[in-house]
Amino acid sequence: MTYAFLQNYWWCLIALLGGLLVALMFVQGANLHLGNRTLSDLQKRMILNSTGRKWELTFTTLVTFGGAFFASFPLFYSTSFGGAYWVWVLLLLTFVFQAVSYEFQNKKGNLLGVKGFRIALMVNGILAPFLVGTAVGTFFTGSDFTVNKVAITDPSSPVISTWGNGWHGLEALANYHAVLLGCTLMFLTAILGALYVLNNVDDETIHSRMRRSIKMEIPLFLAFFLVWTVILLVRPGYAVSDAGVVSLEKFKYLHNLLQMPAVLVMLLAGVVLVLTGIWKGAFTQSRKGFWFAAPGTVLVVMAVFFLAGFNGTAYYPSCTDLQSSLTIRNSSSSFFTLKVMSWVSLLIPFVVAYIAYAWHAMDRRKITSDEISETSDKY
Amino acid sequence: MDIVIWSRIQFAMTAAYHWLFVPLTLGLALVMAVMETLYVVKKDDFWKKTAKFWMKLFAVNFAVGIATGIILEFEFGTNWSNYSWFVGDMFGAPLAIEGILAFFMEATFFAVMFFGWEKVSKKFHLASTWLTGIGATISAYWILVANGWMQNPVGTTFNPDTVRSEMASATAFWEVISNPVAVSKFFHSVTSGWLTGGIFTVGVSCWYLLKGREKRFAKSSIIVGGLVGLLGCGCVMLTGDASGVHAAEFQPMKLAAAEGLEDGGRGAAFTIVPGIRVPKMLSFLATHDFNGYVPGINDILRGYTDNDGNVVPSVAEKMRMGRTALDALAEYRSLRESDPAAAAAARAVLEQNVQYMGYGHLEKPEDVIPPVGVVFWAFRLMVGIGMLMALALLLTLFFAWKDRIASKRWLLWAAIWCIPLVYICGQCGWIVAEVGRQPWTIQGLLPVNVAISSLSAGAVRTTFFVFLAVFALFLAIEIRIMLGAIRKGPEVEPENA
Repeated sequence: MTYAFLQNYWWCLIALLGGLLVALMFVQGANLHLGNRTLSDLQKRMILNSTGRKWELTFTTLVTFGGAFFASFPLFYSTSFGGAYWVWVLLLLTFVFQAVSYEFQNKKGNLLGVKGFRIALMVNGILAPFLVGTAVGTFFTGSDFTVNKVAITDPSSPVISTWGNGWHGLEALANYHAVLLGCTLMFLTAILGALYVLNNVDDETIHSRMRRSIKMEIPLFLAFFLVWTVILLVRPGYAVSDAGVVSLEKFKYLHNLLQMPAVLVMLLAGVVLVLTGIWKGAFTQSRKGFWFAAPGTVLVVMAVFFLAGFNGTAYYPSCTDLQSSLTIRNSSSSFFTLKVMSWVSLLIPFVVAYIAYAWHAMDRRKITSDEISETSDKY
Repeated sequence: MDIVIWSRIQFAMTAAYHWLFVPLTLGLALVMAVMETLYVVKKDDFWKKTAKFWMKLFAVNFAVGIATGIILEFEFGTNWSNYSWFVGDMFGAPLAIEGILAFFMEATFFAVMFFGWEKVSKKFHLASTWLTGIGATISAYWILVANGWMQNPVGTTFNPDTVRSEMASATAFWEVISNPVAVSKFFHSVTSGWLTGGIFTVGVSCWYLLKGREKRFAKSSIIVGGLVGLLGCGCVMLTGDASGVHAAEFQPMKLAAAEGLEDGGRGAAFTIVPGIRVPKMLSFLATHDFNGYVPGINDILRGYTDNDGNVVPSVAEKMRMGRTALDALAEYRSLRESDPAAAAAARAVLEQNVQYMGYGHLEKPEDVIPPVGVVFWAFRLMVGIGMLMALALLLTLFFAWKDRIASKRWLLWAAIWCIPLVYICGQCGWIVAEVGRQPWTIQGLLPVNVAISSLSAGAVRTTFFVFLAVFALFLAIEIRIMLGAIRKGPEVEPENA
């Protein structure tokens, strides 16, 4: 195993975790319906309990995505988290409230009331995919930072990675291309959420509401996704030479797509699967659309990460100091760390297998109104 | 106040707050797994209902534990940017492994445990309950591997080309995960969780006995909780001894601070409280030899010769060498492309002094002294309360076994008061371990003042107050919900409810 192979392998794993994270954000999307006025309280509670059996998987995937990024590309962690401070803090806060909202919301003495915690879940449902999408959007637009490793020898300003402006990440919200990806993700997770509820809950009214909401979200999702993609393919990108020198290249991401046919195939296959899932959910009587759209989402997100990092591309570019840009080569952990972690990563299929088994065992019977009104094992 | 202070206060608050919830998670997990096992073995529904009651409390506590754990993960990056680059090569790996191996186990099987009673078989459910607790315990191991490395950085070398500590070889990983500091910390922390869970179970059960409610439930819970607590208590004491020996070996300043020892020497006395001392005891505890040498704060500042005959330089000398290392690092990096020979010379100077590189960031020798009073008293409170806990558990278990506990009202009250005490005990343990190692994020290599992010103090102050408000709110809600659930009771014996 060479160092470069291990770096590429870990970029693939980061992409996979990123893809799983976005797909699992169906939890966030489904929770938006907690504010749907056409649903009864019991129906909302069915949705809450349906996502309530899965939210920890999404949450854990986020934590593991962060941990794995930290472990394999620590310079990204130190540069982006310490620099784009407010974006990450905001994202963090919405997840902190999410983590207690299920357990607290229907308990006496919870101070904020059912409504308070439902609002917290909906805020998380909107902001989490939006902020994650916008942050990933900056992988292509670049951010305002510099990396200077000698700084650590200077006691008066020892920080290696410094952000160039006082907005500390909030400036990305004024970057239309990054925001477009945020909006894309927001509508994609809303659709995935509706598809998941359609699959997981047994209730005719809920089904028709979900199908209706998917129909309403299709044009918005497609518009944001298409515009983002077209701009991506025509914009200049951050190329890295073999010597590690970063320069701007016209149509860089289009070149990446054409020069990496496997990624092109992944992207197209993913898009086809997502669209098939959406079509099944919106326009047929099938309830299995989720099982097309979710794997499709994983493929599309992985393809996006590959476009950002492979084929001599800086995945976290600095638009103010090109040579500070982060690449798979200059931001990774050492050879031995990546090697040890690669051995550990062989356990991932085992982890996926027991998750799948537990998921299957728990979902053999779908959630019904009887279950929610009669058992005590619920949120 | 400056950015360093605010970053420290924020992290200390988050870690200490997180540590309010983790011990109960670890302890209750064991208590309820034992109870559910009794249900499956004895086929008695009583044990199912008993286990389910404690699970309900577990779930409330677990949620806040999760909510605060993720904050710690984010804060490493957001508030400690230099730190996360400098240690990422080492520190990230246990964190990623923790996610892959432990968190998914906890998350998956928690959902089965909580919602799966009617959905999966009895045995699968029992396995899920155990796996939730095992997942939490494995998670504690990996995070303490990371923490243990910060206290005793083994298995890594400094690489001037990347400017960070790196894993020195593939086998070095074994050094990292079998780091004696990590291993003893793991057992000390996890078994202190069992103690907390045991005390909590016993205390809540005693409240029912005081009220004359849920008698069978309470007595059975006292036996299970008491045994778990006592087992934890015994292990905590044994591993506490190991922690002392490790502190003496790897972090002598922490030990000196915990003892308030200004001037050490051979046959050092142990101070129980100021004015009451046991001759030679400190030497024995720290080195397992009554005449072992234990350096005091002044000895460390001035330099001394340790038990193995090694000469330890004064702090001023370490600072000089540290500064030399940092200057050599800057020189190496400026010359490595233009003048390879001069760069190699600079690198050699760096390598001679790199052991003390972190000292080069200090302003004055006294910076290496942690807040002595805080650590000194936290240590005494921790040990004192720990002993009280052992006594309380022995008494409650004895009288519960003899079936006379319901009439010992003083003991029932005492057991309830043990609940806040055991939390104070755990927090004191955290203070000794983490305040006692100041100013180092990584012992000898990276002090707090260079571990920070490039943010304004105002930004970190703002998020500090935001988190403070959130934490206060969550704590208030958690306590209210728990008290409500306890008052409502386990509904095992409806006629008593």
